[in-house]
Amino acid sequence: MSNSTETRDPTYTPRDATPARRFPVREVVLFGALLAAILAVYALMGAAYSTRMLVEAACYAILALGLTIQWGYAGQFNAGVMGFVALGGFCAMLFSVPVNDAFWGTSLPGELGSVLLYGVAATFLVVGASRLDRLGVPKKLRTLITVVLALVLYLIVISQLREVTSQIQSQAGFVGGLGLPAWVGWIVGGALAGGVGYLIGHVCLGLRSDYLAIATLGIAEIIKAFLKNSDWLTRGTATVSPLPWPTPGPAELGFTLSRAVYLSFTAVVIAVIFFLLHRAYHAPWGRMIRAIRDNEVSAAAMGKDINKRRLEIFVLGCILMGLGGGMLGTFNSLFDPQGYLPLNHTFLVLVMVILGGPGNNLGTIFGAVAVYIIWIMSEPLALFVMELVVSVGEGTFGWDAPSNMDSRALQARVLVIGMLITLVLRFAPKGLLPEKIAHHG
Amino acid sequence: MNELVFFINNVIIAGSVTGSIYAIGAIGVTLIFSIMRFAHFAHADMMTFGAFMVLLLTTLFPAAGTSIGVPTALVMLPLAMLLTAALAVGIDKAFYKPLRAHGVKPIVLVIGSLGVTLMLQGLIRLFSGTGGQSLYVDDRKEIFRLALPFEGARAPIVITEPQLYLFVITLVAVVALHVFLNRSRLGKAMRAMSDNPELAQASGINTNTIVAVTWVIAGGLAAIAGTLLSLDVTFKPDLSFFLLLPIFAAAIVGGVGHPYGAIAGGFVVGFAETLAVFNWNVLLRPFRDSLPTWLELPSNLAFVGTEYKIVVPFFILVAILVWRPTGLFKGKVIQ
Repeated sequence: MSNSTETRDPTYTPRDATPARRFPVREVVLFGALLAAILAVYALMGAAYSTRMLVEAACYAILALGLTIQWGYAGQFNAGVMGFVALGGFCAMLFSVPVNDAFWGTSLPGELGSVLLYGVAATFLVVGASRLDRLGVPKKLRTLITVVLALVLYLIVISQLREVTSQIQSQAGFVGGLGLPAWVGWIVGGALAGGVGYLIGHVCLGLRSDYLAIATLGIAEIIKAFLKNSDWLTRGTATVSPLPWPTPGPAELGFTLSRAVYLSFTAVVIAVIFFLLHRAYHAPWGRMIRAIRDNEVSAAAMGKDINKRRLEIFVLGCILMGLGGGMLGTFNSLFDPQGYLPLNHTFLVLVMVILGGPGNNLGTIFGAVAVYIIWIMSEPLALFVMELVVSVGEGTFGWDAPSNMDSRALQARVLVIGMLITLVLRFAPKGLLPEKIAHHG
Repeated sequence: MNELVFFINNVIIAGSVTGSIYAIGAIGVTLIFSIMRFAHFAHADMMTFGAFMVLLLTTLFPAAGTSIGVPTALVMLPLAMLLTAALAVGIDKAFYKPLRAHGVKPIVLVIGSLGVTLMLQGLIRLFSGTGGQSLYVDDRKEIFRLALPFEGARAPIVITEPQLYLFVITLVAVVALHVFLNRSRLGKAMRAMSDNPELAQASGINTNTIVAVTWVIAGGLAAIAGTLLSLDVTFKPDLSFFLLLPIFAAAIVGGVGHPYGAIAGGFVVGFAETLAVFNWNVLLRPFRDSLPTWLELPSNLAFVGTEYKIVVPFFILVAILVWRPTGLFKGKVIQ
């Protein structure tokens, strides 16, 4: 983007600076094709299945909008979307699941609370020790004291926490939920994801962009490991279900209608996000963000606080990911930490964004829905192709196929996603609906 | 004394093993970083690919090693290194070179390498399945138990055959790399290009050759690291992202673009991991009677459980980025 001769329209002349309002042919054709594909899926797979697919695609669209802010608007690459999605799903679970009386009726909440208080107190002590040099303690001694104190206090707190959590697990199963409406969990999930994004961004955004990718990839695996192994909080591999919906559930309205209501709910959320992002993109703030992305040095020379703006946009993207993750988790009505996979929740979203058009909100939504339909439909296709290969192989070469063909067939999708990423980067780096760059004469 | 032996087995030997593997992986990452200026995310899957090639070759010729008395997998290692190096050069030609020719930002190359990592992952698992497999197809893993000549040391120091090979091969690889970088013309040209690519090109160094040589070295080292890891435990095709983080942490701790730093960084990360999951209560046990009665130690004094091992390299990474982004050995912060 930094190369202005490439991005400019070759027919551009200074005399005719205002872009002519042309009829959006490309948009109409692409969305028309998408509509036809959706109708075909409805005709083939039935209404209940197709509506479910659409709701999931809508939740993915929110994730993709979060990523398009980070990658398309600001050029920051987040390789750990999965972690933020999982945080959103976790919060949706924690807030909406009914209250567990086996936990709240005992003395366990008090014990857990006191351990957390110890943790806070220990943090304050360590921070205080790190300021000892202001009292005249030599700096090296201060560092030594701080490190030793931090290690000892950490061991004390963590061993107490282990004790309490194992008691919770044996007596109450798990903490349970708070019995609040699911949307509270979504909002808190967004805030939590934003908080984690703030911490990561604060460390990495001033440095080379690769470091952000490495750190986000790591934090995603850590969040997943935490949710998977904290049985006292999330039931771990035992999974939590069902999660109550904020809209009437299938028991009251039947599958199709209840999913349609959920779909309209998510559509409203997307519309609101889309409208706000559209305004922000065309506001001075959006212009500043693009200026930083396209030419950091000149933006800094104009007096823009680059690191602060970058942090702002990174956190905003993470909030959207947390929100979308919460909505996705509630819709699936199941919280399964092991169900969060880098392929499904990071790279699929990445493909949606770079294929649809990074920095173009409409393109991103198009990419999300289109890629999700292909993704869902490819599962039976992959199995079919694999069976075909096996039968040909057996018939022609007398090759006996291994028994775990199904799990291997799914690996073909990993291959396809990887190929899509590299091919799009190579041949259509701006996506199907490229970002429109306004030229001001 | 038994506690000390336990410490040696679980920290010193285990730490050196993981440290060597991370070090060999990190050298590759840091070389690519310094020549091509991007974080190569497909490195862990290149390691897996190397190990998978060894597995394939070993299954094809299971008896090749027994005649000369080494595990078949080690006999097949040079061949697998060649294959992985060829793969690395091919990947560069097919995917990274066109992107470089377009003059994209380094972060686009990072995304491209993520695409490549997924393709490799998909291919490997398509053929190998997702379960673990032992590289010892026809021969068996020797285990040496060294009894200590002390009173009261009943537990022996345990070291396995692949671990011994691991130490030897790491040493050979590091010395060979040192000689290559300092004595050979190509190695010097590589260092020149890592310092200043424009100046290197202007002084007549063929940058395309250097890029290819870098991929050959990185691919060969990745095959070594992957094979040794799989020999030590088992061949697991799904390690990718769990290996990537410690290797990047090691490269950054050592200072990016600094091969010797990467070796040190690998051992720092490896030992930090084993120290963090070690149960320190074991070492305090002999003094249990002399401790004051109010100080009752919990039975588990490990910093993190083994299931949270991946937190350790991440923590190291964040700490180094906050306090010393250049790394311990003043590497480049390539902007």
